[in-house]
Amino acid sequence: MKYLDEYRDPALARKLLAELTATATEPWRIMEVCGGQTHTLVRQGIDDLLPAGIRMIHGPGCPVCVTPLEVLDRAHAIAALPGVVFTSFGDMLRVPGSHTDLLALRARGADVRPVYSPMDAVRIAVAEPAEQVVFLAVGFETTAPANALAVQQADRLGLDNFSVLVSHVLVPPAITTLLEDPDCEVQAFLAAGHVCAVMGWRAYEPIAAKYQVPIVVTGFEPLDLLEGILMAVRQLEDSRAEVENQYVRAVRRDGNTDAQHAIETVFRIADRPWRGLGPIPDSGLVLAPDFARFDAATRFEVGGITTAEHPECIAGEILTGAKLPTDCTAYGTRCTPRNPLGAPMVSGEGTCAAFYAAGRVPRKVEA
Amino acid sequence: MCLGIPGRIIETHESAGLLMGTVDFGGVRREVCLACTPEAEVGSYVIVHVGFAISIVDEAEAQRTLAVLRAIPDAIATELGEPLPAAPGGDTR
Repeated sequence: MKYLDEYRDPALARKLLAELTATATEPWRIMEVCGGQTHTLVRQGIDDLLPAGIRMIHGPGCPVCVTPLEVLDRAHAIAALPGVVFTSFGDMLRVPGSHTDLLALRARGADVRPVYSPMDAVRIAVAEPAEQVVFLAVGFETTAPANALAVQQADRLGLDNFSVLVSHVLVPPAITTLLEDPDCEVQAFLAAGHVCAVMGWRAYEPIAAKYQVPIVVTGFEPLDLLEGILMAVRQLEDSRAEVENQYVRAVRRDGNTDAQHAIETVFRIADRPWRGLGPIPDSGLVLAPDFARFDAATRFEVGGITTAEHPECIAGEILTGAKLPTDCTAYGTRCTPRNPLGAPMVSGEGTCAAFYAAGRVPRKVEA
Repeated sequence: MCLGIPGRIIETHESAGLLMGTVDFGGVRREVCLACTPEAEVGSYVIVHVGFAISIVDEAEAQRTLAVLRAIPDAIATELGEPLPAAPGGDTR
């Protein structure tokens, strides 16, 4: 219980935990699908504090981690082309593709620039008209409005030297795919608060009803997670399966409709492969026909892409929650945040990186 | 890039037809697009994803979220491109 003293309000944390202990009668299995939540659960030891054998399963909540290898390899091939300024969020720079990563390409002379916002990439395109500026547009619903508005801005400015390599993914179809798996152990979900701040939670309501799983929209600070878990357990104990909102401070049922409008204008829903999970129907975004001229995948010819995952990396099983990072033979030795074999060790939001940062070692984690 | 960072709007302006603002993230300032939170004003706290404000929150919520983000290694430095000044509690393992 030593961890509880570190909480903003240890008394409230104890109260929530006592309530959870009084409520839970079964070893429920609950999945969170948000890298920020995974990090808090692991760092604060919340997963170890849960009563009645309740287990948190860490889902595919890290956008860096689920970006498919084919996209990374294409990004690397485009970045290596002469006359290209390749821009990316900083956390994509060290993600290993089949052959290299963006930082290594930069060391070899490619013009790779980390940007804080896709709007920075638009500004570079304006300032350097002789260069072809490409932005790696990845992420969940949280970054989709930003990337959509940047493309709209490039359109408004009439830029013909700006393009985006799009690999956007959507959370609800991934949850559906996990639930369709006959081996799925998950009995309830914590939905990511910030994703729902954009999209609202209407899309989760048919999932909760069809698969009879409670889904609780949850924030990512420790008390949020304890409360979200308690709300999910109460539903499980009562045999209810509803969408509830723990994160009322930032999330409304309809989400941010301005942001949704930007997404709907610039993108269309399409099938999309997820690294570790494979292809998922209607789980991604591609540029709508009106904006297709900004597609870097068609603007730059880079030949055939042949992908190869590192043979020792078990990222796929980590992302579905089938295995823990500490089950991996390379964890903490041949694979560390500074020298990652796979994406979940790269991003601060990745499960492997969260375990590593919390100092988790194999013997402390039960099978 | 998925973590939203809360910050306080210190001024607003128009740029190329978009509502923009300068947002202070605990000492680091960035230009942020406010097109998706048109009701935000100077002094409002917003959660910002990669340069775009997505939701308006109160100050207490902003401080709580920042405290959690400071605990995730490199999270804020990765999101903002530079680290924040030292946290009041100094807990940045």
